[in-house]
Amino acid sequence: MPRNRRELYNKEICACSIFGAMNRDGERFNAAGVMKAIANMHVRGNGLGGGFAAYGIYPQYRDYYAFHLMFNGKTLQSQISAKAEFEQYLNQRFDVVHDEEIPHRPQTQLRDPPLIWRYFASPKKMGEDASLSDDEYVVRTVMQTNSRAEDAYIFSSGMNMGCFKGVGYPEEIGEYFMLDQLYSAYAWTAHGRFPTNTQAWWGGAHPFSLLDTSVVHNGEISSYGTNRWYLEMYGYACTLQTDTEVIAYAADLLLRRQRIPMEIVAKILAPPIWNAIDTMNEKEKKLFTTLRMVYGPLLMNGPFAIIIGQTGRLIGLTDRIRLRPITAATRGEMFYLSSEEASIRLISPELDSVWTPSGGEPVICELNSRRV
Amino acid sequence: MKSFVFPQFQIIRDEAKCGQCRGCERQCAFGTHTYDPVSDRLISDDNKCVGCQRCAIFCPRDAIVVRPNPSFYRPNASWSREKLEDVKKQAETGGVILTGCGNDKPFRIYWDHMVLNASQVTNPSIDPLREPMELRTFLGAKPDLMDFKVKNEEVEIATQLSPNLMVEMPIVFSAMSFGAISYNAFLSLATAASKLGTYFNTGEGGLPREMREKFGKHAIVQVASGRFGIDAEYLNCAAAVEIKVGQGAKPGIGGHLPGEKVSVSVSATRMIPVGTDAISPAPHHDIYSIEDLSMLIHAIKEATNYEKPVSVKIAAVHNFAAIAAGIVHAGADIIAIDGLRGGTGAAPKVIRDNVGIPIELAISSLDRRLRQDGIRNRCSIIAAGGIRCSADVIKAIALGADATYIGSAALIAMGCNLCQKCYTGKCNWGICTQDPRLAGRLNVDIASQRLVNLISAWSHEIQEMLGGMGINALESLRGNRDHLRGVGLYEWELDVLGIKGAGE
Amino acid sequence: MGAVEINADGLQTRDLNDRLRDMMLAGKRKVIIRNVCGQRYIGTRLYSPERHRMEIDIFGTPGNDLAAFLFGHRLVVHGNAQDGVGNTMDDGEIVIEGRAGDVLGFSMRGGTIYVRDGCGYRTALHMKEYEGKKPALVIGGTAQDFLGEYMAGGTVILLDLKGQGHRANFIGSGMHGGTIYLRGSVNRSQVGDQVEISPIDEADRGILDQYVSGFIEKFPDLELIPEEVLKDGFVKLIPRSKRPYSDLYTY
Repeated sequence: MPRNRRELYNKEICACSIFGAMNRDGERFNAAGVMKAIANMHVRGNGLGGGFAAYGIYPQYRDYYAFHLMFNGKTLQSQISAKAEFEQYLNQRFDVVHDEEIPHRPQTQLRDPPLIWRYFASPKKMGEDASLSDDEYVVRTVMQTNSRAEDAYIFSSGMNMGCFKGVGYPEEIGEYFMLDQLYSAYAWTAHGRFPTNTQAWWGGAHPFSLLDTSVVHNGEISSYGTNRWYLEMYGYACTLQTDTEVIAYAADLLLRRQRIPMEIVAKILAPPIWNAIDTMNEKEKKLFTTLRMVYGPLLMNGPFAIIIGQTGRLIGLTDRIRLRPITAATRGEMFYLSSEEASIRLISPELDSVWTPSGGEPVICELNSRRV
Repeated sequence: MKSFVFPQFQIIRDEAKCGQCRGCERQCAFGTHTYDPVSDRLISDDNKCVGCQRCAIFCPRDAIVVRPNPSFYRPNASWSREKLEDVKKQAETGGVILTGCGNDKPFRIYWDHMVLNASQVTNPSIDPLREPMELRTFLGAKPDLMDFKVKNEEVEIATQLSPNLMVEMPIVFSAMSFGAISYNAFLSLATAASKLGTYFNTGEGGLPREMREKFGKHAIVQVASGRFGIDAEYLNCAAAVEIKVGQGAKPGIGGHLPGEKVSVSVSATRMIPVGTDAISPAPHHDIYSIEDLSMLIHAIKEATNYEKPVSVKIAAVHNFAAIAAGIVHAGADIIAIDGLRGGTGAAPKVIRDNVGIPIELAISSLDRRLRQDGIRNRCSIIAAGGIRCSADVIKAIALGADATYIGSAALIAMGCNLCQKCYTGKCNWGICTQDPRLAGRLNVDIASQRLVNLISAWSHEIQEMLGGMGINALESLRGNRDHLRGVGLYEWELDVLGIKGAGE
Repeated sequence: MGAVEINADGLQTRDLNDRLRDMMLAGKRKVIIRNVCGQRYIGTRLYSPERHRMEIDIFGTPGNDLAAFLFGHRLVVHGNAQDGVGNTMDDGEIVIEGRAGDVLGFSMRGGTIYVRDGCGYRTALHMKEYEGKKPALVIGGTAQDFLGEYMAGGTVILLDLKGQGHRANFIGSGMHGGTIYLRGSVNRSQVGDQVEISPIDEADRGILDQYVSGFIEKFPDLELIPEEVLKDGFVKLIPRSKRPYSDLYTY
């Protein structure tokens, strides 16, 4: 039914549970605790999507981009041919030092798993591309691949980090990819999904990521049409039919390309209301008025609670009027974010501090080494 | 400030017929007619008339004609009289224009573009007067498959069944709260429902204590955003609980019962002080996302010990099929969808007339979406919003609904003429008012009999039409689009409805 | 009579509530639940026409909608609670030895809730009262935005015992009934247009005295003295009119 000449798309409604955990000393840990925590919020999802993002998991390939690919064809044959076609494309643009199937537990039964592969590569920029930064080059590769090829989807493209996701409860996804056995990360985020399209596809689960920015999201972005319309001008192809992707691309545009500090980015995504701006002092008033004037189309409207992961930090943020819950907590060097406090208590019964951040105020947790 | 707006209606009194009985003066709560003893004449003030026709119908000599005011501005296809006068009213008051009843604008009525089948020769019609013709249906979740245990030729059901509502015909009285309508009107709906073997919906006004014992088992009680009148007994005395998330007349906004309609008995049922505004906020403030709705559905199931089906009522808007699918996943047993033409006691006119989609398209798209997702059996669909006759009911079933909710039709049966002034609290027919002098005009015995008459008549017509199609049980019509054809529709409309064009 | 214990470790919400209901029907009056971690609607399944009453002690972190639709029971949480505590609560008492989350006391219509620390957004939203049933919410800390939104009745008291100051915005937005007492002060800009800020009078002192004493009794570890708490200034927030939107519509 959707016609190409009109701006039609099928938007998915997304509601769910989110969780994040980070060790500020950079000590790495496996996903067992995080899997238990997200499983505790089982009732917030419906088994049609789950995923994790992990930071610091590929120390031996830390200087290479780690591409995670899904080959979604209906038959193994079509998956393999999609893979061959992608590899041809990839090898033209990158030097691949290592690639392998992402290990998974065959005993864990999940619905229609695609062929999932990872590549560690460094850019081979030629001709006009030589003037681009490595990151920009990778972003273009990801956009080209994901908007053209139907059967090949890059779902993770950062360095020394990776996303793991699919159709199933998050604890099942964790089991499938053996996240509690094979990987150690200093920061994990997790997500359990409650989409409303049962023909859920593996690529539709969270996190959504671009380079090392990953996003898990609880809520619905009612400004999706506007956000998308703006981001498409900057070369981001919003093809994944899920509103979360605009958050990932907005974060990439503002944080990486425009180098805007996170505190300001939070004020673009979740700005103060005009009544509050009008009572600020001159300098602040000018700043916030300008931000809203220029970046109005990136205001994220609608209920949301998100955890953005990047190399060395986790950021929790909710919409301006805090329509979705988020609880933050610390215990020693551990920092937690969760849709429900009980999940944090499950893995850390004693906590030093527990609080619920205000709407529109980001909670930023960084590695101690970064700050020094 | 002098108003620049014409009176909406013109009253023409045939002085030769008028006997000065002053009946019209007594009947009109708006004070339109007054007796002038000096001239021994009834004088009528056109500006006060709302066109409810009470005086005209009750005049013993048919001396009164009330008609739309024939004065007109220069004809203008864009600036209709209504649009022009709305601008003037807002210039005069600075207020939001309020109205009642359902959308009266000429959006396409899909019911009138669908025709039904009749069997001939190859498949015989069935004669409903002499052969069984079954309209009974069940509203609630059904299991995917059943397990049976057979022991010594005795069959036992091993699957645990979800609670269901049994209705004798696929017509249920829609949510109209006590507060919005009078006690007598509310009691008439309850009485008729219990006599017919169907249900009535309490709306967000609660169920008065004295009615719970006799009528509780025919009541679908509502938990709306204002949470009025909700205590554990209220939930447990009912047949089903409905979470009202939205309604067709005012999708996305809340409700407002003005303080003047909160009388002593309304206040007792809603458990708020007399004279306070009863405000139902736009969202349920504990539901900001679908998993929150799932939480409330389960909280209600817990509070009623899993013994009653839980329904969720939503307005039919753009992405509603995806939302409704999510609601089924969230645990609802029944989904009630209210379309563009749904009625109300009070809503801003601009929202009533511009927000929402027609229910015919909504039913079809929801039925199809749930079947695509493989979850159609996990809930029943009740369709509401502009059901005017038995043919509309049958077409709704054929498009995929399990049953229909009727609101306006029930009020019209009791005497309403859709004058759209429900929010004033001065309903001359005694339906949408708390004024005891007016409410007392509605006799419960007569009004409930009129409702029973209407539904019985419709049921007979439905049986005739079913028989004509060669079907003798309602469940064989549900979603059976083969029995519908479209006339005068665009391709995309046929696509959305899922039916062929007539002749195809 | 001794208390019965339930170990909630590994129990799903429905199983835990099944057991609680069985205990109520079997006539048990006191129950202790240990190792609670995220189970929801604890206390909701306990409606009975015979009006059984139970006292439930909860150890751990109960999940959302604790005591939703509560029918007169008494619950004590030895820890923090999450969102939706006392949702549409009808009657009874809840004591939380910690903090509570969002929508605390939503549509509450009777009974009392005591929270030792603070709470989140949209506290006491659409709280209502009717004749003899007047609910109350007593909070030892402060609340976040939208406190008392659409409030239609009842009493809310925020004690701010740690002296952090009340930083909530949009207090009393749409308020048309009930009373909020804040220990300390609040700016005009933080409060909705239809809310009046006024000093307290003798009658208010009586109410505060009663609830503060109740609060101190529930949390003896805080070692508070009533006079100390009550001597500081309180402000009272009440709606200007029962009909805040009477000018909104035109006919």
